Amino acid sequence: MSIRRWLTPVLLAWLMAWTGLVAAETDGQALLNNLTERDKAAAVTAIAESGDPRARRWLEAFADNKLSRMKDSGQFVVVLENRGRDWTVEDALTGEAIGEVSRRNLDRVRINNAMRSQIANTLALLDLTVDDIDQRRQAAGDLRGQVDEDLVGPVETLMNQASDEDVREKLAQALAIYRVEQGDVSAVSVLSGSLNSDARSALNGAAGSDDPAMAAAAQEAMASIEQKLKLNKAAETLYFGLSLGSVLVLAAIGLTITFGVMGVINMAHGELIMLGAYTAWGMQQLLPGQPGLALILAIPAGFLVSAFAGIIIERSVIQFLKGRPLETLLATFGVSLILQQLVRTVISPLNRTVVTPEWMSGSIMINEALSLTLNRLYIIGFALVVFAGLMLVMRRTRLGLDVRAVTQNRAMARSMGIRATRVDIMTFALGSGVAGLAGVALSQTTNVGPNLGQNYIVDSFMVVVFGGVGNLWGTLVAGLSLGTINQLLEPWAGAVLAKVVVLVFIILFIQKRPRGLFPQKGRAAEG
Amino acid sequence: MNTPKTRIASVLAAASLALGATGVHAQDEDPIKVGILHSLSGTMAISESTLKDTVMMLIEEQNEKGGLLGRDIEPVVVDPASDWPLFAEKARELLAEEEVDVIFGSWTSVSRKSVLPVVEELNGLMFYPVQYEGEESSENIFYTGAAPNQQAIPAVNYLKDELGVERWVLAGTDYVYPRTTNKILETYLNDHGVSDDDIMINYTPFGHSNWQSIVSDIKEFGNQGKKTAVVSTINGDANVPFYQELANQGIEATDIPVIAFSVGEQELSGIDTGPLVGHLAAWNYFMSVPTDANYDFIDQWIEYNDDDTVVTNDPMEAHYIGFNMWTQAVEKAGTTEVEAVKDAIIGVSVPNLTGGIATMMPNHHITKPVLIGEIQDNGQFATVSRTPGAVAGDAWSDYLEGSRDLISDWRAPMKCGNYNVVKGECGGQQEAAEAE
Repeated sequence: MSIRRWLTPVLLAWLMAWTGLVAAETDGQALLNNLTERDKAAAVTAIAESGDPRARRWLEAFADNKLSRMKDSGQFVVVLENRGRDWTVEDALTGEAIGEVSRRNLDRVRINNAMRSQIANTLALLDLTVDDIDQRRQAAGDLRGQVDEDLVGPVETLMNQASDEDVREKLAQALAIYRVEQGDVSAVSVLSGSLNSDARSALNGAAGSDDPAMAAAAQEAMASIEQKLKLNKAAETLYFGLSLGSVLVLAAIGLTITFGVMGVINMAHGELIMLGAYTAWGMQQLLPGQPGLALILAIPAGFLVSAFAGIIIERSVIQFLKGRPLETLLATFGVSLILQQLVRTVISPLNRTVVTPEWMSGSIMINEALSLTLNRLYIIGFALVVFAGLMLVMRRTRLGLDVRAVTQNRAMARSMGIRATRVDIMTFALGSGVAGLAGVALSQTTNVGPNLGQNYIVDSFMVVVFGGVGNLWGTLVAGLSLGTINQLLEPWAGAVLAKVVVLVFIILFIQKRPRGLFPQKGRAAEG
Repeated sequence: MNTPKTRIASVLAAASLALGATGVHAQDEDPIKVGILHSLSGTMAISESTLKDTVMMLIEEQNEKGGLLGRDIEPVVVDPASDWPLFAEKARELLAEEEVDVIFGSWTSVSRKSVLPVVEELNGLMFYPVQYEGEESSENIFYTGAAPNQQAIPAVNYLKDELGVERWVLAGTDYVYPRTTNKILETYLNDHGVSDDDIMINYTPFGHSNWQSIVSDIKEFGNQGKKTAVVSTINGDANVPFYQELANQGIEATDIPVIAFSVGEQELSGIDTGPLVGHLAAWNYFMSVPTDANYDFIDQWIEYNDDDTVVTNDPMEAHYIGFNMWTQAVEKAGTTEVEAVKDAIIGVSVPNLTGGIATMMPNHHITKPVLIGEIQDNGQFATVSRTPGAVAGDAWSDYLEGSRDLISDWRAPMKCGNYNVVKGECGGQQEAAEAE
């Protein structure tokens, strides 16, 4: 733990620098030179103690692997842009831009993980003194589990000075964690009821301690946490289930229309999803620097691209195979292979990067043990919106009416003046377009590559068959429940076995109820 | 006496004779054929197509230098389409119909296992460039990728000694490489005093994308008061959603570091590396290694592709080493004849790209340095640790029951891939006899 020794002087020095007491620039070159030597810890201490205003920038660059030395001149630089063969750098001492330098001429100042977490701690301490309240809270939270004997003093001082209740509470916990680890029984009460992982970790350790009073107190505190934890765990599993379910619903709902309503077994459905995902990527390429806007625009674009591809497939292949399911299956399987290889040849066999916009990354913290990941939350919402939209189209529009009429009795519908061929095209385009929407959503949770579709085709058919062919509600219920079952099973059965169990369950279910959860009723269903 | 030295000397003598004899007729002879057996379509195209290009580039370079033995080298490219049985068929086509002198190929272990009997039956030569689970030594295959002791064990040592990790999550995709590697690591950790309670093993299917509950479990597992790390043998596409989920659930590299054996520059080039920064990977080569040999290779690769953004990776270096070893062995033997090359190549040393030397060992594995790198935001690795010298590949792991007593030595007179030092007999010959 000797590395941590320097934290106290660091803090003091910086606090002084912060308040303008020490602002003198020091011999930066010498300080940085020490970083390339063997004893990096001492070098970092020296930098921190110098109170140099540039120290923070140096340490941040050092921690980010961005601090380098020019091989020819020995000049220290901060790397700003490290892509390609020439990197943009600026002088570490003067902050002047130097421009592009060949990476062959740069020698990175090496750092290891232990060093980095020490620097992170130092920066966290420093953050406790900034004006931004959220940053202070974050920094206080980060200190939990990091306090050691050298930090107790400064943290205590900062806690007493803290004006914000939340900051004070977090710092108190940080201190209590340290004291519990030291065997101080009285500190256990502070941690009692805390869901924080570091606090639980400390209590877990204490529960197995040799001191019976300590062990008993810790176990008692754990028991109160355990109950809360179980509830949170259940809520979390449910959330995981719903989010997996919503992905299944999205992937399957387009298929419900083409397979369920039209009766076309479209093995290229997965590739239509893939096209949607590639549209999201394409939009981000067209609008560099605005990943969020690109993603929103990709929603209509993905729909159109996949719908258009769907029309081409329908016109060129499926219309000639009407009423011959086996041939349709084989032909569309061929189409799926063609589309995959097309993407491999035209774009690349490598996966493409779809950037997650700022507002979709991270998570909402409900409490310390339960947080909902944002990208999944958006997808759940998106799935419900798509479902509602489709429901509206099928129930409330002329197209929906036509579709239902044609699928129930084609000959009769035609004699009533409905142009069945046109309805076929529109329906297939709608189903394909929805697949495209699914692709846009999936680009946020999985890889965008030529194989994307393959991973979802089986799951999609599973959901549609389980839910009852041609029933939108069935797809929704089936998707969500299969997702939840899968997530319930996964923790104790493992991911592989969970999938197997779900498949066996569906096979058994279909034996009992061949028409799925929500079978179609009436004469149309018999045909 | 048939010590290696005298044998090499005699081979050299033969080589110089052969060179003298063939030199005159050089231009009249047919080109030397090199078979390339990498998938150009299907799921593995993502990784394997660049290896095909690497060999093509190396061949082109060699031809510019005047070819080999005064003959041109002609690449023969086939596409096994990520279809394992097709690998065997295509290998047969290469050896029997095209009569290639050597094959560079395969990525997955299952494809190598599928090719192995064909190469042995038709007595071909194959260079396999990918890190694998070990437990194999064929007379006809040269393993230029890492064996577990050249990647997994040093990686675990790094976590144990440098980061003080006490609890271990061994997460992998459900197939032979992760299962064997994890078995080796489990025994290794047990031998070093880690109890079974502190090891969590998890397998997921290929292309797994829903990591929510597994990551949540890992988080919980890491909350028991001891430093925890994940040793990941998760393959290919499944990695991206895994790291994304780690980031989304707020697990940072400083909390629970993940060390990966299958995530390289190529895999990183297709993803947003933001969530991965600080996590680790163990390889024998990184594109970021600052040696001139490496920078030259990268420049050559960029030029060959005419694309500034292409990346190099570990299996590419393995092909670079393998190809150079083969050309040296052929020059040494003075012929491309399989038996002669097989004998000549043992002991051949060529420079690798990280500033060291790779030597072909008698067990058909090579010596490699082990590098641990941290993922950076530009999709590259920053080396944080490197073994002082090169580590020799071990075909048979010392940490598996039944395999620890085996050694492999393809030099005469032993010529055995699985010699049991306890029983004092060669399992291979026995098995072969039983099969007949």
